[in-house]
Amino acid sequence: METLMSVLVGILFTIGTYLVLTKSLLRIILGTAVIGHGVHLLILTMGGLKKGMPPLLDAGHTTFTDALPQALILTAIVINFAVTALFLVLAYRAYQVLGTDDMDQLRGTEDE
Amino acid sequence: MNNIVVFPILIPFIVGLVMVIFRNNIQVQRWLSVFGVVAIGFVAVLLMNQIRSEGIQTLQLGGWQAPFGISMVADMFSALLILTSSIVAFACLFFAFNSIGKERESFYFYPMFLFLLTGINGSFLTGDIFHLFVNFEVMLIASYVLISLGGKKVQLRESIKYVLINVISSFLFLVAIAYLYAVTGTLNLAHLSVRVAEVGQDGLLTVVAILFLIVFGLKAALFLFFWLPGSYSAPPTAVAAIFAALLTKVGIYAIFRMFTLVFYHEPQITHLLIGIMGALTMVLGAIGAVAHWDIKKILAYNVIIAVGFIIAGLASFTSAAILGSIYYLIHDIIIKALIFLLGGTVIALAGTSKLNEMSGLIRNHPYLGWIFFIAALSLGGIPPLSGFIGKVYITQGTFEAGYYWLGAIGLITSLMVLYSIMKIFMNGFWGETALSKDMEKGTTKGLMFPIALLTVATIALGVGAEGIHVYIDIATQALLNPSLYIEAVFGGEPMP
Repeated sequence: METLMSVLVGILFTIGTYLVLTKSLLRIILGTAVIGHGVHLLILTMGGLKKGMPPLLDAGHTTFTDALPQALILTAIVINFAVTALFLVLAYRAYQVLGTDDMDQLRGTEDE
Repeated sequence: MNNIVVFPILIPFIVGLVMVIFRNNIQVQRWLSVFGVVAIGFVAVLLMNQIRSEGIQTLQLGGWQAPFGISMVADMFSALLILTSSIVAFACLFFAFNSIGKERESFYFYPMFLFLLTGINGSFLTGDIFHLFVNFEVMLIASYVLISLGGKKVQLRESIKYVLINVISSFLFLVAIAYLYAVTGTLNLAHLSVRVAEVGQDGLLTVVAILFLIVFGLKAALFLFFWLPGSYSAPPTAVAAIFAALLTKVGIYAIFRMFTLVFYHEPQITHLLIGIMGALTMVLGAIGAVAHWDIKKILAYNVIIAVGFIIAGLASFTSAAILGSIYYLIHDIIIKALIFLLGGTVIALAGTSKLNEMSGLIRNHPYLGWIFFIAALSLGGIPPLSGFIGKVYITQGTFEAGYYWLGAIGLITSLMVLYSIMKIFMNGFWGETALSKDMEKGTTKGLMFPIALLTVATIALGVGAEGIHVYIDIATQALLNPSLYIEAVFGGEPMP
């Protein structure tokens, strides 16, 4: 199961890297979102995927899944969500002011 | 257990939250921000004295025993950095009062400034690797807002690149944490240190260590500095100064913490790699600093050179080199803020950042000119000033460790730093006075106080080096003996 997840995470990283290296700003932000998913799945996988009950203390179960990676992912998700929201608004504002989403045209010019 | 450890994080956080309420009352915001920064400095001094007399101070949040809860750890290294950063933040705040402008002030400039300090102090104090990540994000999100606040074209363009680079490096940080958790099964730095020492740092852990090096290298502009010159020349002066003084230093602090506390078992691989990266950083940074004729670019490349130089001390990993690195780190926080404030003032006066379009400023601004001269000498490392001692110890350390090439590169780049900064002085301040007093684009009114404050700090740090040597010595001992840190965190409790 871990092997399968590792391959999936690898595919997500590949797609994300490809998207981040493209010209359009929106595709770059989508790329960061895809890499984000890969990272969160990686944390889950690296915590171990052995069978156990959800980490809730009820009705006498003895084996649980590791609760720590889930807490880490939850934290990482909200941080990533905030940063992505900021990034999207920044891209929108940059489109309004600069009039382009082509990263080639966002190079610095001398006369500013 | 010592509750004072958490105050450098709580004070800026609470003050920042309170300031959000007083959005339109800028005077209240100014007074509150000054109060917050002074309080942090006061707490840092208290902490330093406690650490000096009682050893490393720790706080287990929530009362949970060490590896299960989050530990806050204040050793002398972190306390010194918090004190220095609060001095620099104080100066940058006063600079901001007179230069940042009302439209930025009424859109939460001061709260963001204090949230930035929250993240920075949290990174210095935490004893948990994931908590370090969270504090990095607090700092970075505040810095995203500060770099783009104002919404000028150049700011928007550069903040897109800055945000993208930092998002990617944060993801890599998470990946590195995931791998480290899979290998060791813990997140507490002290516990990680014990676990890594138990299993021996095999190939897998060395790979994780190098991944951490790449992550913190991106944050600290160690070799992977391609994003820095653009980003640091976009925001207004007060913001650029606090970025140059503190943001890369947090990355350097993290590299120091990871490679003295956790991954110190394979120095011939990791520390040699750090040394090579440091040498390349110095050489490439020096080329950039010498090549440019734009004040902002010259100053940004000077930030990069200093990162390489501090890291050279860590690569050597002798007690003299670490001592030198801590001296130089403290010196560099102060001098980078000073030189950015001076550069910003010169740009404001001349109305341009191009060196060949300005000259003769010293006739109308003698104090500014001579302070710039002192700052330039201090940056170059001339004896009575603060840059000297750090350079001597780092060079001594690299020679002791047998890295003669690293020491030589450090000394040669020092000359190039001096040349690049003197180029600003000679072109900007000497020569025919191009602008008369009433033709100037800006004013130095109110800007001289923070500049003078930082100048006094850099002179005092150079002349009074003997006075703070005791503290820096304690910091060096703690960095070289991870067992001190581990004992302080676990405090005699059994380790699971």
